[in-house]
Amino acid sequence: MPLPTQTILGLLALTLWAVGATAQGAPPEIPGRDSTADHSKFEILKQEFDSGPEVTKACISCHTEADDQVMHSIHFNWNFEHPETGQQLGKRNVINAFCGSVAGNEPRCTSCHAGYGWEDMSQPPPQQSTAVDCLVCHDRSGQYAKSATDAGHPPLDPVKPGTTTITGAEAWAVDLSQAAQSVGMPGRENCGSCHFYGGGGDNVKHGDLSSVLYDPPREVDVHMSAEGENFTCATCHVTDRHQWDGSRYATHASDEMGTGKPGARRDVATCQSCHDNDPHEATIKGIKLNDHTDVLACQTCHIPEFARGGVATKTWWDWSTAGKLKDGNPYHEDGFTQSDGQQLHTYLSTKGDFEWAENVAPIYAWFDGQVEYTTGNVTIDPEKVVEVNKVSGARDDGRSRIWPFKRMEGRQAYDKTLNHLAYTHVWGPTTDTAFWTNFDWSKAIEAGMKAAGQEYSGEYGFVDTHMYWPITHMVAPAEQALDCESCHATDGRMVGLAGVFLPGSNPNGWAGLLGRLIVLAALAGVALHILLRVISGKKGGTS
Amino acid sequence: MTKRCVKVYPRFERLWHWSQAALIFFLLFTGLGLNGAHGALPFGPAVMLHTTAALALLALWVFATFWLFTTGTWRQFIPKIEGTFAVARFYAWGVFKGEKHPYEKIFWRKHNPLQAATYFALKWAVFPTIWISGIAYLTYNIWSGSVDQPVTWITVIANLHLLAAYVIAGFVIVHVYLLTVGHGFRSHVAPMITGYDTIDLTPEQEAYLETNEPGRLKPAD
Repeated sequence: MPLPTQTILGLLALTLWAVGATAQGAPPEIPGRDSTADHSKFEILKQEFDSGPEVTKACISCHTEADDQVMHSIHFNWNFEHPETGQQLGKRNVINAFCGSVAGNEPRCTSCHAGYGWEDMSQPPPQQSTAVDCLVCHDRSGQYAKSATDAGHPPLDPVKPGTTTITGAEAWAVDLSQAAQSVGMPGRENCGSCHFYGGGGDNVKHGDLSSVLYDPPREVDVHMSAEGENFTCATCHVTDRHQWDGSRYATHASDEMGTGKPGARRDVATCQSCHDNDPHEATIKGIKLNDHTDVLACQTCHIPEFARGGVATKTWWDWSTAGKLKDGNPYHEDGFTQSDGQQLHTYLSTKGDFEWAENVAPIYAWFDGQVEYTTGNVTIDPEKVVEVNKVSGARDDGRSRIWPFKRMEGRQAYDKTLNHLAYTHVWGPTTDTAFWTNFDWSKAIEAGMKAAGQEYSGEYGFVDTHMYWPITHMVAPAEQALDCESCHATDGRMVGLAGVFLPGSNPNGWAGLLGRLIVLAALAGVALHILLRVISGKKGGTS
Repeated sequence: MTKRCVKVYPRFERLWHWSQAALIFFLLFTGLGLNGAHGALPFGPAVMLHTTAALALLALWVFATFWLFTTGTWRQFIPKIEGTFAVARFYAWGVFKGEKHPYEKIFWRKHNPLQAATYFALKWAVFPTIWISGIAYLTYNIWSGSVDQPVTWITVIANLHLLAAYVIAGFVIVHVYLLTVGHGFRSHVAPMITGYDTIDLTPEQEAYLETNEPGRLKPAD
């Protein structure tokens, strides 16, 4: 007997629901759980720890070189001397278009430091071995966290009411012993607790790094999805002695080496290091697609939009409107509804006006991987939009590719006399200068500039800024890559980009116009000829 | 001189002509889509279809060139000044006066002089332009690294390719229209389908064909 349609549909729905439920279930397992060491059996870890540094002390009693390795990494130093421009970059030095700067806001911003107790940015991070935070990357118990305002320390029993973690969640008392006995290779939660929440909230900063990546559907990230490759961050971001590949200051914008010889390399996080430089199949279509790899980054076609999967990213931040109060009290407006229904702030007295967006089409630029920052000592032109960071590159330099970027736009403070971007002291619940406490820009900027060791004239204003974030995560499945006509069209995505010849983008060039004139002339000639034949009434030539 | 119905277009030539016509129409349609002149086809499939059709046409041209030279038919396409003016004058003037087409098709000369000159230009200028520029266009990635300004080169190449395509479109329009002038559309098209056309044969030609190639002659009325 045939099943009634309703029953079939019902069964189908049930099946889909069950499949979905599996996919959305427990976080994917971490590769490397086949380790030969079970840390829960180590005597030294079977103790009550009173602080993070005590755990670190236990770790380095076996892992003797780990602390030294970490302390030479950018995760610890937040300092990066750019090999090409010589600029001193890293969080310790730069100004960004979000919260501004770390300097002057330490215990808050340094809560994401891969260490403990960095409370003064004018000094290098603490140099004792136990200042390294092993657990933030290696805890696999899932209950280790860092307090939002404690210079990297975890919330411990008793937790002060109102404490939050760096992801904005209400803090709980971390069990350090359990954490220490659980350690393993970093999972996506380890990296994500800092990197997904940059700029003060979920996906605020990058646009392509959000909490969606903890367990993304295949459409959002084909590599990280449990239905896809189930990668963790470190699958691509390979390490060597605690040094990671993958930099926004000096990026591998292209990788001519590809996969290298069989088995030879996995030393970079580039797409090409797995997929090689001719990744498409050897068909006419595939060959033509491979022909694009000399000008396009893989990301350009394969990440059609960022901020996918239901978490929006901040696209506009106007600090100049911050500080408005209602009856002497700070207030907020929630003008943006995220696709999951969550209301997001569009005004905060502390931070000013925001705009948000989901599923954002990137902007595109030639990128050689090198990024120059408008640091506090760079003179700006306040009449123009200031680029907080500049991405460089050109078609003919032999290493640039067209890359997708998130462009963060906003207005932020600058020194009106010296024409320098300003460092601002915004966080400081107990100071009388912090902006978020006192809502007084002149004090906040003066204190920020002092904390950063920068000269300040005392005159401030606000200037329009742009900041560029290379988009490289949230790679979509191949079938959802950009269509050809996303670019090969008169109003395509590459409009205005220099150094590009794009078939299909300009049917009205000289040849197109001249050609159409030829066809029109032929048609007009024929029409005239017909007309004359009709008028003369002769059927010429018929034998 | 006798009028006889003679096979003037052998099977291969007809196959060549009609496959070439179909491919040219197809290439014009897909190519203009790629150029952005119309949006009837998605870009990706249009690239594949255009490329495949172009490769097919190139293969056909290889065969046709071989055939032209091995059979000696290439001589049919050598233009001659003699008689050109008369044909041009006919199209521009005589046709309106009801004059007779000045050219009589003869056995070893299927095209009138103006036609031959047009085909000569097409074969030696326009077609080479389109296939050389097309191959250069297609193989951009192979040579782009060895020139100074690849973007300038590809822009010029693409524009030449497009312009040549438009010239071919212009040719097709006039070519089809001229079928209606003179003996009329049906009698002009029919030989390219059946292969047979009525032409003047000298007694010698007639005798030769009767004796050696009787298959090329339809029985006399």
